[in-house]
Amino acid sequence: MRLSYPTSIKIIRVPCTGKVDILHIMRSFEKGADGVYVVGCREGDCHYNSGNFRARKRVEQAQQLLDTIGIGGHRVRMCNLSSSDGPLFVKYAQEMHEKILEAGPNPIKLAKKKAKAA
Amino acid sequence: MIVADKKPIEEIIETIKDHQSILVLGCNECVTVCEAGGKKEVGILASALRMHFLQQGREVNIAERTLERQCDHEYLEEIRDIIDDYDAVVSIACGVGVQFMAEKYQSKPIYPGVNTLFMGVTEARGVWTERCQGCGQCILASTGGICPVSRCAKRIFNGPCGGSASGKCEVDKELECGWQLIIDRLKALGRMDDYENISPLKDWSTDRAGGPRKVVREDVEL
Ligand code: SF4
Ligand code: SF4
Repeated sequence: MRLSYPTSIKIIRVPCTGKVDILHIMRSFEKGADGVYVVGCREGDCHYNSGNFRARKRVEQAQQLLDTIGIGGHRVRMCNLSSSDGPLFVKYAQEMHEKILEAGPNPIKLAKKKAKAA
Repeated sequence: MIVADKKPIEEIIETIKDHQSILVLGCNECVTVCEAGGKKEVGILASALRMHFLQQGREVNIAERTLERQCDHEYLEEIRDIIDDYDAVVSIACGVGVQFMAEKYQSKPIYPGVNTLFMGVTEARGVWTERCQGCGQCILASTGGICPVSRCAKRIFNGPCGGSASGKCEVDKELECGWQLIIDRLKALGRMDDYENISPLKDWSTDRAGGPRKVVREDVEL
């Protein structure tokens, strides 16, 4: 199965989505990421029982925080799939890619340039 | 532990908006355990603040630091060398830490980043509840280990009051009646005879009513 997905996506591997903290998501935006999505196992299938549920909560909190500071919570998403489900992985990647194209670039990138110039 | 909850970020932004260089200062003790003011929360708050100000067209210096405790001289001294790099501090320690900071660094504005609530326990992940109000004269020995000062809404000593219904308190249907809990526990201990003893009037002078309190221990004083 040689499926391709958008080249705009950079994968950061973690042992379990339970490892992903709000801080990782926030830092990604500070560093200029246009969007972040967390791909975990299907709910109920976590090897550590609750890793992907924790990740979902953190994604929700990051969304709220990003909405409050004007970056936009819609740039963050939680996805679940089975690790052998290549086609669904590609589908999520494409959906995220399109969503971000629609949302436009991370406003922080522009703001940083402006603040430097000022 | 002392339980605190995060302040809304909008409120923090409003208090610090005129500063140009800010230190966000966490504490490794109680507020870390109740996930309101530890190193992780410092990182998240600082990151959000930096992005907020950038969006406003301002590159505000927001630095991060977390001390072992903010209620002891020795740890607060650790920032003496760097404090003047900032024109304000947001402390996300409990109110005790914020105040000790303010006492120590007289000319530095210190703002609280959490709301400090009570002394309590972690009942479940993400759920903290009150257990003690530091009344200064503990009576848990006669109440089956359950505190009527902190767990009865009226702080009564010979309860329950007439508002106790089906184990719940009249002030809030979700709230367990502290006196029902005391009775249940005394029953479990086979000590219902204790319940029949009328508690004498409590001396509230050891509580907050007697003004700010102080403990001096000559045996450990230097
Ligand atoms: S009786 Fe006083 S010291 Fe004892 S737990 Fe209750 S409030 Fe705390
Ligand atoms: S119902 Fe129970 S907890 Fe509530 S005020 Fe009365 S005795 Fe106290």
